[in-house]
Amino acid sequence: MTQDVRRETWLWFAQRASAAVLAICVIVHLITIIYATRGGLSAAEILARTRGNGAWLVFYIVFVLAVAVHVPIGLRAIATEWLGWTGSARDWVLAAFGVVLIVMGLRATWAVVL
Amino acid sequence: MQMLRVSVWRGTEQGRYVDYEVPRQTSQTVLDVVTYIQRKLDSTLAYRYACRVGMCGSCAMTVNGVARWTCRTHVGAVGGEGGTLQIAPLANLPVIRDLATDMREFFNKWTRAKGYYKGSRTRRDDFAAVKPASKEAQALQAGIECIGCGVCYASCDVVGWRSDYLGPAALNRAWTLVNDVRDDAHVERLRAVSGDAGCLSCHTHISCTERCPKHLSPTASIAGLKRATVAAALNGEL
Repeated sequence: MTQDVRRETWLWFAQRASAAVLAICVIVHLITIIYATRGGLSAAEILARTRGNGAWLVFYIVFVLAVAVHVPIGLRAIATEWLGWTGSARDWVLAAFGVVLIVMGLRATWAVVL
Repeated sequence: MQMLRVSVWRGTEQGRYVDYEVPRQTSQTVLDVVTYIQRKLDSTLAYRYACRVGMCGSCAMTVNGVARWTCRTHVGAVGGEGGTLQIAPLANLPVIRDLATDMREFFNKWTRAKGYYKGSRTRRDDFAAVKPASKEAQALQAGIECIGCGVCYASCDVVGWRSDYLGPAALNRAWTLVNDVRDDAHVERLRAVSGDAGCLSCHTHISCTERCPKHLSPTASIAGLKRATVAAALNGEL
């Protein structure tokens, strides 16, 4: 019971904290989209901006990690409330989904920055 | 005499709406309408009330799709003027019969949320000095007038989705006790309200606050519990 209470509280806190990070990341991302499309959008132009840029590397790593924390916890609530799916199988599947998000996100970051 | 067409739920979980014609009167409440039906038209109609003045919290029903306290709800205020009135039992609670719901689970959840005072002072101790202007006393006062009518519980989406969710009323009561400086069970209570089906499951849809006939804000109380729970977790107390 105590373990359950602690886990739920930390998961809730992690989702709110990651949401706060995402709020900033999404704003930066949207501003960048508007800025980037002004000169015509092309792969070459994107890569020219991101290649070898340490700041974008750090930004997108933080973005990906925040997504990987935020999304599985949110899906967990949806699984519980809409599908009535509870228990450890649900948690393992969603944790695995979080890992998939990290791998795919970091791979994409790797591709545009390095 | 102007008549009002009233559609009333008859049956248990399975049932149907039955139409009645009730004379329209000035300042008529929905409870007056239900009472008229039971006394003059069909004595087998089951419903619940006690005080008739908005104190006891026993007469809540679903009126035209919205949970309300019927003794203080005027027919004219719910679109009943010349139109029809639809009266059903409260949502999210098992129906005993007609308009009477089984409220045991609703009140059991107050117990599960440790919604009761637990002090350690004895008659030999001095009075506890509580400053009315203090933050705790203000928060406690803001939520203490709950009459346990179940309107918030029937209006809560989360209760509808997951039957184990403690619900707005029980959590509101827990928050008043968290702010009671005389109470000794703070951490114990935070543990009781922060599990899988506790305050952290609230989606802040604010239906409870919108519908509360006493104009309380269970939403604010639940937000307070969330803050207190996370603070306790960060301090390693949980």
